[in-house]
Amino acid sequence: MNTGLYIFIAIVVVAGFVWSLYNGLVTVRERIKEAWSGIDVQLKRRADLIPNLVEAVKGYAKHESQVFENVTKARSAIMGATTPKQAANADNMLTGALKSLFAVAENYPTLMASTSFQNLQRQLEDTEDKVAFSRQFYNSNVLDFNTKIKVFPNVLIVGMLGFTAVEFFEATEVERENVKVKF
Amino acid sequence: MNIHQQIAGNKRKTYIVMVLFVLFISTMAYVFGEAGSGYGWIYGIIALVFSVFGSFGSYFYSDKAVLALSNAKLTDKNRDYDFYTAAENMRIASGLPMPKLYVIEDQALNAFATGRDPEHGVVVATRGLLQRLDRSDIEGVVAHEMSHIKNFDTRLMMIVAILVGSVALLAHFFMRSMFWGSGNRDKGKGGGIMIVLAIVFAVLAPIIATLIQLAISRRREYLADASAANMTRNPEGLASALEKISVDHAVLQTATSATAHLFISNPFRSKEARSWFTNFFNTHPPIEERIKILRGM
Repeated sequence: MNTGLYIFIAIVVVAGFVWSLYNGLVTVRERIKEAWSGIDVQLKRRADLIPNLVEAVKGYAKHESQVFENVTKARSAIMGATTPKQAANADNMLTGALKSLFAVAENYPTLMASTSFQNLQRQLEDTEDKVAFSRQFYNSNVLDFNTKIKVFPNVLIVGMLGFTAVEFFEATEVERENVKVKF
Repeated sequence: MNIHQQIAGNKRKTYIVMVLFVLFISTMAYVFGEAGSGYGWIYGIIALVFSVFGSFGSYFYSDKAVLALSNAKLTDKNRDYDFYTAAENMRIASGLPMPKLYVIEDQALNAFATGRDPEHGVVVATRGLLQRLDRSDIEGVVAHEMSHIKNFDTRLMMIVAILVGSVALLAHFFMRSMFWGSGNRDKGKGGGIMIVLAIVFAVLAPIIATLIQLAISRRREYLADASAANMTRNPEGLASALEKISVDHAVLQTATSATAHLFISNPFRSKEARSWFTNFFNTHPPIEERIKILRGM
C-alpha cells in the first residue's frame, strides 16, 4: 500500500521535473531563434549597403577589380549562408574585404569628402555595431541553453526530449586567418 | 540578491508605497476632519477616494507627468542619430523593447529613465549630454538607463517621485506656513490646526525620508552600472560619460526636488543649494566611486 504511494509520488516528482525542464528549454530555444533572426536582419541590412558602396568607389578606382570582386563574393556568401557558422565566416570575410575597399577609397579625398559616401560609411558602421550586439545577445542565449542541457541531471534526459547543443555565432579559426588585407 | 529578486522587490515596494499613500492621506483627513468639524469619516472617505484615484493615476500617468514637468520632447533617428542608434544597439544587446527617446533642451549634462514596465520605457537625455559626449559614452548612459527600466527601478522611482513627493511637499508647505504665517496663529481653531499639522509633519518628515532611503538604495545605481557594462561590454564608455558629467557644473533648470533622484547624477550641483527637502532625495552614490568600480571591471 505504502510502496504504491511512494512510487506514485516519485513518478509525479519526476514528471514535474521533466515538464518544467522541457518548457524552460523550449523557451530558451525560441529566444535563440529570435536572436538569430535579429543577427540575420542586420547581416542582410549590411549586405544591402554593399552594392552602393562598391559603385561609389568604382567611380574613382575602376582598376582595383580584385578588391571589388572580394567584396561581392563575401556579400553573396552572406546572402547564401544558412548556418550560424557559415554566416559568421562570411561576415568575417566581408569585414576583411571592406577594410581593403576603404583603404582604396582613402586614396581619393573627393570621394571621402562626399556626403553620400560619408552617409554610407556611417550606416555601415552602425550596422556593424548592431551585428556585434545581436551576436552578443545570441551567443549569451546559446551559452545559457547549452549549459542547461549539459548539466546533471538534465544531461540524462535532454537526449530523449530531442534537444541538442546549438552552434555559437563565431567564425572558425581557419577562416579568420584567410582574411588578409591585400594592397 | 540576484536580478529577479531585485525586480520582485521593486514591484512589491511599489504596491507598498501606493497602499501607504492611501492609508496616510485618508487617516490624515479623518483625524483633522474629526478635530475640525466632528464629521471625520466624511473627510476620510473623500480623501480615500481621491488618494486611490491619485495612486492609480500616478501608476499609469506619472511617466507623462514627469516628462511634461521636465519639458522633454520626443525625438527620432533623423534628429538625434547617435542617441537613437545607441538605444537601438542596447535594445538588441538586452532583448528589451525599444524605449521611446526624449530630449530636454538644456546644456546641463544629465539623463533619466521612466516607464512602469519595459513596454512603456522612456529614456530622456539633455541636449548638452548628447552634444558633449561621444558615441560610446552615450551608449553607456543609455545602457544604464535601460537597465533601470529592465529592473523595474523606473516603476518604483515614478511612484515614489509622485506620491511620496506630494506628501513631502505638503509637509514642506505646512512647516513653512507655521514658520512664516504667524498671522494665522491667533485666529482660533484654524491657526491651532495649522500648528498641530506642522508638528505632525515635523515628526513625519524623518519617517518619509527613511522611506525614500529604503526605496532608493544606492545599490540600484551600482547594479544598473554593472548591467550597463554587461550590455555594452565596454565599462569605459559609461565611466568616461560619468567623468564628463561629474566635471560639469551646469544646473538642470527643469529638475525638481521630487524628480532629482531619477537622474543619472544629481541635477543640483552646488551643496549650498540643498535644503532639507532636496536632501530627502539625495541618494546618489558618489560618482567618483562609481567610476572607480567601472574602471576596475
